[in-house]
Amino acid sequence: MTRFISRNAWVIGLFVIFGLLLALTRVVQPDYGAAGIGSLVRAALPYAFAVAAQTVVVIAGGIDLSIASMMALTSVTAAVLMDGASGSFAILVVPLILLLGLAIGAVNGTLIVISRVPDIVVTLAMLFVWQGAALLVLEAPGGGAAEWLKSLLVGTVGIPGVPTAITEWIPKALIILVVGLAVVWVPLYRSRLGLSIYAIGSSNLAAFRSGVAVDRTRIVAYAIAGLFSAMGGLVLTMSTGIGAPIPGPYLLASVAAVVLGGVALTGGKGGIVGPIVAVFILRLVRSDLTFLAVDPNITTIIEGTIMVIVVMIGALFAMRRRAS
Amino acid sequence: MTATAQATAPISLGRRVRRFLADYPIVPLIVLFALLVVVLELLRPGIVNERWMANTVKFAIPLAILAGCQTMTMLTGGIDLSVSTAATMSAFIVATQSPIHGPAIATLIALVPGILIGFANGIGVGVFRVHPLIMTLGLGLIGIGALQVYQRTVIATGSEVPEVLAWLGTGLTWGVPNALLLFVPLAALILYTLRSTGFGRLLYAVGDNERATRISGVLYWQVILAVYVVSGLLAAIAGLLYVGLIKAPSLSLAEPLLLPSVAAAVIGGTSIFGGRGGYAGTMVGALILTVLTTLLTILQMPEGWRGVLFGLIVLVVTAIYTRITSEA
Amino acid sequence: MTATDALILEATGVTKNYGAVTALDNASLSVRPGEVHALMGANGAGKSTLVKILTGAIPPTKGRILIRGKPSQIHSPAEARRAGLVSVYQEPAIIPDLDIAANLRLTETPVDPFVSWVEELGVKDLDLHETARNVPLAILRVLDLARALAIEPDVLLLDEMTAALPANLAERVLDVVRRQSRAGRSVIFISHRLLEISALCDRATVLRDGRTVGVVDMAPGAEERIVELMLGAPVERSERVAAPPTAASSQAAESPPRLRARNLRVGGKLHDVSFDLHAGEVLGVVALEGQGQDELFAVLSGSIRPSGGSLEVDGQVTRFGHPADAIAVGVVYVPGDRVSALCMQRSVRENIALPFSARPRAWGPIPRRQENVRVDSAIARLRIDTRAQAEVHRLSGGNQQKVTIARWIAAGARAMLCFDPTRGIDVGTKREIYRLLRELAAQGTSVLLYTSELEEVQLACDRAVVIFGGRIVDTLPASEADEPALMRAAHGLPHAPPGRPASAAIPAGNPA
Repeated sequence: MTRFISRNAWVIGLFVIFGLLLALTRVVQPDYGAAGIGSLVRAALPYAFAVAAQTVVVIAGGIDLSIASMMALTSVTAAVLMDGASGSFAILVVPLILLLGLAIGAVNGTLIVISRVPDIVVTLAMLFVWQGAALLVLEAPGGGAAEWLKSLLVGTVGIPGVPTAITEWIPKALIILVVGLAVVWVPLYRSRLGLSIYAIGSSNLAAFRSGVAVDRTRIVAYAIAGLFSAMGGLVLTMSTGIGAPIPGPYLLASVAAVVLGGVALTGGKGGIVGPIVAVFILRLVRSDLTFLAVDPNITTIIEGTIMVIVVMIGALFAMRRRAS
Repeated sequence: MTATAQATAPISLGRRVRRFLADYPIVPLIVLFALLVVVLELLRPGIVNERWMANTVKFAIPLAILAGCQTMTMLTGGIDLSVSTAATMSAFIVATQSPIHGPAIATLIALVPGILIGFANGIGVGVFRVHPLIMTLGLGLIGIGALQVYQRTVIATGSEVPEVLAWLGTGLTWGVPNALLLFVPLAALILYTLRSTGFGRLLYAVGDNERATRISGVLYWQVILAVYVVSGLLAAIAGLLYVGLIKAPSLSLAEPLLLPSVAAAVIGGTSIFGGRGGYAGTMVGALILTVLTTLLTILQMPEGWRGVLFGLIVLVVTAIYTRITSEA
Repeated sequence: MTATDALILEATGVTKNYGAVTALDNASLSVRPGEVHALMGANGAGKSTLVKILTGAIPPTKGRILIRGKPSQIHSPAEARRAGLVSVYQEPAIIPDLDIAANLRLTETPVDPFVSWVEELGVKDLDLHETARNVPLAILRVLDLARALAIEPDVLLLDEMTAALPANLAERVLDVVRRQSRAGRSVIFISHRLLEISALCDRATVLRDGRTVGVVDMAPGAEERIVELMLGAPVERSERVAAPPTAASSQAAESPPRLRARNLRVGGKLHDVSFDLHAGEVLGVVALEGQGQDELFAVLSGSIRPSGGSLEVDGQVTRFGHPADAIAVGVVYVPGDRVSALCMQRSVRENIALPFSARPRAWGPIPRRQENVRVDSAIARLRIDTRAQAEVHRLSGGNQQKVTIARWIAAGARAMLCFDPTRGIDVGTKREIYRLLRELAAQGTSVLLYTSELEEVQLACDRAVVIFGGRIVDTLPASEADEPALMRAAHGLPHAPPGRPASAAIPAGNPA
């Protein structure tokens, strides 16, 4: 038990900060309640999937700059496929988009492995490629989304036997998030493949000598990042009802949340829960600033400053670790 | 490892070619540039004339200056993704301040944010050792936020692009772009700095092997701080020139130049790992990208294809350089 | 049954080139079932490279490997494992950020045999859920070995397994190796410790400069034969590189020493190290791998701060926070690892001139003419072959090492800290470097010289200090610092032969 606490001290600390922030929000905005939580989760949803994607790659010792572009590509593809199509056709679209995400992520990984060019350059180049591809699919925001998909993000779920007083605090979007992440992450984390992802991030050489297929594992890590990006793209389409070919501001946000979430940029450490909580913290800070009637542009500055400071502190820790 | 030296072993022709290309990357670049011009002329006979050349040069110059920022920071193993913000800020500030203070003072004020951004980047990267990509991206975001706040305060004053900047950005004298008046000395200075000053030598050395510079008595943070400040300043200057060219200041003015500036440096043979490259190649890289854009426009290629091609070209060129330099 | 059938592992004609450098040149190795086979060779003879090739960690440039008489192509450690070949490397192949249990799952190692091997090897109270990063290196190596044993390999390769292990654990390891052999399994054993080898092994293959120079059956007297093979031609012990300095050492007694260390401490690596380095003296430092010499040089050169003790330069107490501080008072560092000292993609000239541009006031235009004079004279003095002027990585190893020294000849230095500057370079260049160090000393420069090649101490040094377990355990004048004496001291053995004065009685400087 004490080991659980000491291992997860960082994540527990994040939960505490989140709790404190919620309390603060309540003070600032006395009627902040279930509805507020609902909109917070909906706003955080695409960020959360972007962060999940970045987390997997960073744990594997890499970085992916093309996540926002992959989200844009999958989002517009979904919007175009569903535009004017029947609701039942959308059932086919969802797995198709997830497969597309997996495939384009795998392309990123394969190019990194084959070209021997550093991840940062390859994913920078692929940022253009996927963004361009998104524009080819859809030149201007448009398309559509099936009604039932849109409704998946709105409101709360009723669980038979549980009073509404409790279920109203569980927005559907949260369930989508938890299910989406858990379905991929839990089996992965428990498998040898998941271990391999941590292994190549922690020490490439030791991993190779331990019999890990380093290149294949790297490709898988990027493919999973693509999969999470596709989930992010899907929720974008679901929440707006259309697809937009211009990538959103998810790059810096995802890196900052990864660092704030206790995942070392040097790789091999951390999990997915921390970064997700970090996303919620960053989103909540933003809504708090809005409640405090701070100019939204100043909010951008504050947010950017927080992220930079967080990354700086993370770098300081990494420096300490290297020195010891 | 033993050092049973085999340096005298005969060197194969292929290896010699690779060595030559690694030493003089500018040769294939110029060939590539010439090829693109020929293709352009074949597609649209008569397009390659004096006016076209002047236009190409005019548009290549701001890109080449921003790519100079990338070249210098990349030599140290870094990158500067805040250059577009620094350029946009200087452009926007000069346009909004000159109705109040006149063009001269407005220009001086406009250079300040770029320097500040560079300073913050230098502290983050040099002292705290934040990954330059993240640091500069973050500062770019903060800068844009600050610019939005600033925009509110000057909404009443309106904006005008100082005439001297418009003259510099768009004007021609005897068919030669006036921008060269600024760019030629600037480029000469960058080339001279990289080749013949102690600072330039350290940029290469730090990017090549930081440990070696450390035991030679070099303080890493000093070099890094200086290079990012210089980069911020150069970006601000590029912004002044660009607003003179575009003549419509906006909050996303220089944004479309950011990734091309990285691409120009990469295509020009500067290694993103640091320690290898130079500004001559970067300038040709900027020209190549400008001509490529014209070509894609003439082919009426959709914007999407341009992005795809762009990314693939950067990737392929870097992959080729990686192979050449790892084996030569 | 022919001889070849009886071999479990046979490697012939194995060659490995790294660019222009040949690490292995037509090496061979054959191992019988149930045999403990020693792989011997001086530093850089190619032992580790051969092991890496056998286990698929790196591909050979040329060569043939037979396992149980069948040609086999092994491309990765995982394939080697499946073929029954498992290696325990010097750096444990354990993922630092995973716990032990996860490391076992990663390698699909059965837990129960692993745990019983761990106990057998003398590690108590192992917590399988401890993160590997928090486990001491010595224990990690034992765990790595236990993991290898748990899958019952036919051939076990141990690379310097007993180095850096406390005596009780090392003894257990040797026991286990013997039991493997009795069970009909083979062990390839790499070690610098000759006594261990002769007690444990059946045969020994000796490598020199990447070639197999002999296979020796272990029998009484075989040690001598192995040493002979490892060294090649008998060493000309008589030849001292330069005459013993007389003027410098007498002068030393009067002025304060160039460098005076008192009770230097670094974490658990270095304890109360005190010594004086005089003007015009070459002081040797002798130690086995990892006895704290790395930390000592790091402290003296300003790379790390000591956790205690003091440092004086010319009588002035100093604290170095960065190598720049040390360079400012003339204390410079020449690492043995050329990769960390040189900007490989830059020219010879630029590498030598690097310290000139270090401080911001020298960031302006480079005074070419002035600089060239100094650089050229350093190049001429060291006779650096600059035909491959373009980039340093195209030079031979010996020439690269000369560049690291030339840098400080050009920039000037009062005390030069050389850390194994002759590692892996040819004999001729070695001699040149020693001659140069002696010349520098004769001109008043102080040199602190760590060398891993003991026979070199008498050739180049005036005195030698021996470090063991982070402490200076002995100080010997050059006349007494022969290999056996150094070897004994470096292993922490007390002074033995009668008639030799106790070390404490030896005065600083060379009494000659």
